Amino acid sequence: MSLISTTGKYFLLMERVFVLPDRWKMFFRQFPKELEKLGLQSLPIVAIISIFIGFIMTMQTKLNTSNPLLPVYTTGLVTRDTLLLEFSSTILCLILAGKVGSNIASEIGTMRITEQIDALEIMGVNSANYLILPKIVAFVVMMPFLVIFSMGLGLVGGYFVGILTSILTTGNYLIGIQYAFVPYYIFYSLLKSMIFAFLISSIAAYYGYYAYGGALDVGKASTNAVVNGSILILFFNILITKLMLN
Amino acid sequence: MIEVKNVDKSFDGNHVLKDVSATFETGITNMIIGQSGSGKTVLMKSIIGLHRIDHGEIKYDGRNLPDMHMSEIRILRKEVGMLFQGSALFDSLSVLENVMYPLEMFSSSTKEEMTERARFCLSHVNLEEKAFHLAPSEISGGMQKRVAIARAIALQPKYLFCDEPNSGLDPKTSLIIDRLIYEITHEFNITTIINSHDMNSVMEIGENIIFINNGQKAWQGNKNEIFHVNNQKLNDFVFASNLYKKVRESNQQS
Repeated sequence: MSLISTTGKYFLLMERVFVLPDRWKMFFRQFPKELEKLGLQSLPIVAIISIFIGFIMTMQTKLNTSNPLLPVYTTGLVTRDTLLLEFSSTILCLILAGKVGSNIASEIGTMRITEQIDALEIMGVNSANYLILPKIVAFVVMMPFLVIFSMGLGLVGGYFVGILTSILTTGNYLIGIQYAFVPYYIFYSLLKSMIFAFLISSIAAYYGYYAYGGALDVGKASTNAVVNGSILILFFNILITKLMLN
Repeated sequence: MIEVKNVDKSFDGNHVLKDVSATFETGITNMIIGQSGSGKTVLMKSIIGLHRIDHGEIKYDGRNLPDMHMSEIRILRKEVGMLFQGSALFDSLSVLENVMYPLEMFSSSTKEEMTERARFCLSHVNLEEKAFHLAPSEISGGMQKRVAIARAIALQPKYLFCDEPNSGLDPKTSLIIDRLIYEITHEFNITTIINSHDMNSVMEIGENIIFINNGQKAWQGNKNEIFHVNNQKLNDFVFASNLYKKVRESNQQS
């Protein structure tokens, strides 16, 4: 029953979010701020994680594919496909569910408990639309760029660890990351990440918007946003993969 | 004028408001008083429309709120200003931007006109110019209340609601805020409703006082009548402090 009512409340909130803004001027004032906050400010964490995952992916693949029967480009190929298919979309989004999801839930939750949302409602402003729409749109727009950035840095990280630890040659790695390349994987990954971006931002906004009580409850809303956002990402990952790759 | 007739409100079977009827006149300060948990905040939030009432009428100059469609409520709310207990200023905006916010949302004025109006409102609540570009977190509680009042009057509302306007303020600042609300109400002929349990405020600006006890209206009158009422519940509330007991005694003697 709780799941049904929560789902119902979520869709009712989304119905209020996805209407034309009262003032486009206010939307376009808020939109770049959200691009910067949710997108650009996520670049450092995306960069660090992607480089290190590139490192470890290359090292692990090399360690586990040392059979002389396997071609020399295997390490590069496995690193590339892992990054393209799963890491730079799904795993990155799981990490961003923590960073961005908690940020959105706590920001909106704090506005709720300090009556700022009530103040907007009293003024006659559609608070759901004003507060949530720019966040969802900005994060969905920024996500493909973050994914491409992550893919690039992951591959660069893999290259450097291969060269620095002398487990790979430049030639073998470059052949590997180009071998049997399927451009559709990029499309699949970008589309998937945009859906995950929508889930992360809308679920976090939902938990923040309906937060009540005090600081402790904002913390709970933030935790719920991250946990439920992550579970839905995993669930939708299976669904999208089944639909797009089978 | 706002008329409340036979209003009932329950939460999960808990009957919070019981058949409350009251009239809030225009151009005077109307106060809702009562103990914590008596239902005064629920009454105010019901009048504003933040709570949907179970039964009764809430008429804004003849327009019945429970009968209104959401679009009509949103139009009505543009005529409403509200001062929240915690000021509810937007953290991400400066003081001036907070006051300009309702103007930017709902007026078709130019940027210069909006800035001028916001500055007028801020100067009307005696806020110094140097505070205009500070964030709400950088100013004192009393100043935040003044900014909230300035924001509430920016769109020249017909109705002003103040929820515990003095909470967390020292007596001197409380008096300034009370007088400010009183002056604004009279100057702009606004229907003002103040939710308070601060007896200093009641004695200072209570022109029409509604006492709520256990979800029911237990008394209605003004600050002068309150000393001569033979209502045990009201007397227990109003004269709980020794100071007001003595004030009543001296008042009755004179």
